[in-house]
Amino acid sequence: MGSLGSFIMKEVRHILRDKRTLLILFGMPIAQLVLFGYAIRNELNDVPIAVVYLSGSEEVSKLSNHLTASGYFTLAGVYRTEAEVWDGLESGEIKAAVLVEPDYPSNLNEPGSARFQIITDGSDPNMAQTVSSQLSAMIRAWHQSSGASFPTLQTEVRLLYNPEMKSVYLFVPGLMAFILMLVSALMTSISVAREKEMGTMELLLVSPLKPIEIIIGKVAAYIMLAGVNALTVTLIAVYVFGVPFRGSFVLFSLLTIVYIVTSLALGVLISTKSNTQQTAMMISLGALLLPVILLSGFIFPIKSMPDILQMLAQVPPAKWYLEAARSIMLKGAGLNVVWVPLVVLTGMMFAFIVLAWKNLKEHLDL
Amino acid sequence: MTSNSAQDLYAIQAVDLTRKFGHFVAVDHINFHVEKGEVFGFLGANGAGKTTAIRMLIGLLRASEGTAKVAGFDIHTETERVKSSIGYMSQRFSLYEDLTVLENFELYGGIYGLSRSDVREKSSSALARLGLESHKKSILSSLPLGWKQKLAFMVAQLHNPPIVFLDEPTGGVDPITRRQFWEMIYEAAAGGTTIFVTTHYMDEAEYCDRVSIMNAGRIEVMGTPGEIKEMLGAKSIDEAFVRIARPVED
Repeated sequence: MGSLGSFIMKEVRHILRDKRTLLILFGMPIAQLVLFGYAIRNELNDVPIAVVYLSGSEEVSKLSNHLTASGYFTLAGVYRTEAEVWDGLESGEIKAAVLVEPDYPSNLNEPGSARFQIITDGSDPNMAQTVSSQLSAMIRAWHQSSGASFPTLQTEVRLLYNPEMKSVYLFVPGLMAFILMLVSALMTSISVAREKEMGTMELLLVSPLKPIEIIIGKVAAYIMLAGVNALTVTLIAVYVFGVPFRGSFVLFSLLTIVYIVTSLALGVLISTKSNTQQTAMMISLGALLLPVILLSGFIFPIKSMPDILQMLAQVPPAKWYLEAARSIMLKGAGLNVVWVPLVVLTGMMFAFIVLAWKNLKEHLDL
Repeated sequence: MTSNSAQDLYAIQAVDLTRKFGHFVAVDHINFHVEKGEVFGFLGANGAGKTTAIRMLIGLLRASEGTAKVAGFDIHTETERVKSSIGYMSQRFSLYEDLTVLENFELYGGIYGLSRSDVREKSSSALARLGLESHKKSILSSLPLGWKQKLAFMVAQLHNPPIVFLDEPTGGVDPITRRQFWEMIYEAAAGGTTIFVTTHYMDEAEYCDRVSIMNAGRIEVMGTPGEIKEMLGAKSIDEAFVRIARPVED
């Protein structure tokens, strides 16, 4: 076993010995995937609503059957007056209500008359938005199928790649971007900073190990860790959550490795600038993880950001990884589609490696 | 790496060794040599420039001016060969706390290019010397400081370096362990290893073959403890040190 081999062995021992960190590193991706997969959802599922018949016609009960049959909504209790609806919304018993005018359906062909009123609980604006658009779409669709004519333009919406709008599809590539950045950049920068803090870095530098070997040793250990994490998340996503994997696994792996190495180089760059584990952690969290969450398109779509943020959003490597990973996984895109993000990411990777290397030499004053 | 070429008489030889940080001259043209097999005490108050000088000698810091040869190798042009010819140990950090005793031996042995069987043989004889065989599987952080320091000294000698640098090796350890530590230093020196040691304990300085005392980046005096005491008319090295480190004008 050569010098470098012994050094990598030591890194592996550090990682394996620290059971608590190990549990966090392997447990966290799974916990987050479950969290994003089950808890944080944009799609509707059994939202309690009320359909209030201000008149009691048969048509209306057909409508409520139609609404609940979808599985998006359930009828919560019996509501007869508007006042009851207000109480229900206030207590949170219902999230939305559909009020049907007393003269429905006889006024159907009078243009301009309000036939339905949809009331939603705006304390959760995202939910309210989704609920109201879903409700109005369903009511319109039901009208059409029941033969009522509308003097309006009808649109048909088809959602490609993710027809059920499952948010877990969208979150999985984002989660990968987040976790890989976390494991690679945060853990590497902390582990290098720890050696500086404890002073063991000096022992390594005095030894015949070259600085580049120290970097390679650190990086090698965390590449393995990040690789295991990437594989775990992908497997759980595909087999537990049924996220489709339509593209080439080889291309996806290549992309992921480039992203991991980019993150690792960033971690090394951070650690050359920070002398304590605490500083390394603060910089990693603030400068790397927040942009991953906020600016990469992980949660908030880049297209809906103000111009200046859209420009800033081009900077984090996570944005490019996310874009390409989503294309490959969900759309089955090939190299002819994702070559732009891949090239940008590769460019970033080399830039960060050179920067980290220069910084380290400067820092060591050699 | 055992080869210090025959024409080099000295283990360490510094010529006008200088280090500047901006306008501040931390080490100011120091000249000294250390004989092979000598125990050389490198003394000085905090901030006198000791650490900077050591860092240049062991290849952690570039010299601004002047040069030095360590184990016959030039610190500017043969840094890598210098590094494999020295052992280094410091009080501030010794070994990896979350690894076992044996794993620390394996790590350093491996880094210095020793074979597995070599490492096994040397670590078991080192542990036998310290009487710590039963602790070879103990995590380092569970051991008392004095043991860790002794282990670190053994690890620093694992690859049989001709020179071992000890930077305040006995800081914070009890008097008995300090004495045992110095016994180990003498043993190593008797085996032909050159010991370059810094310390703030002046009684330890008395044990050195020769000492130098630094002040404000310069070596003020150098010689055997006896010569220095005579030169300064001091009863002990401690008294000599205080005179150098605190000049009469203040």
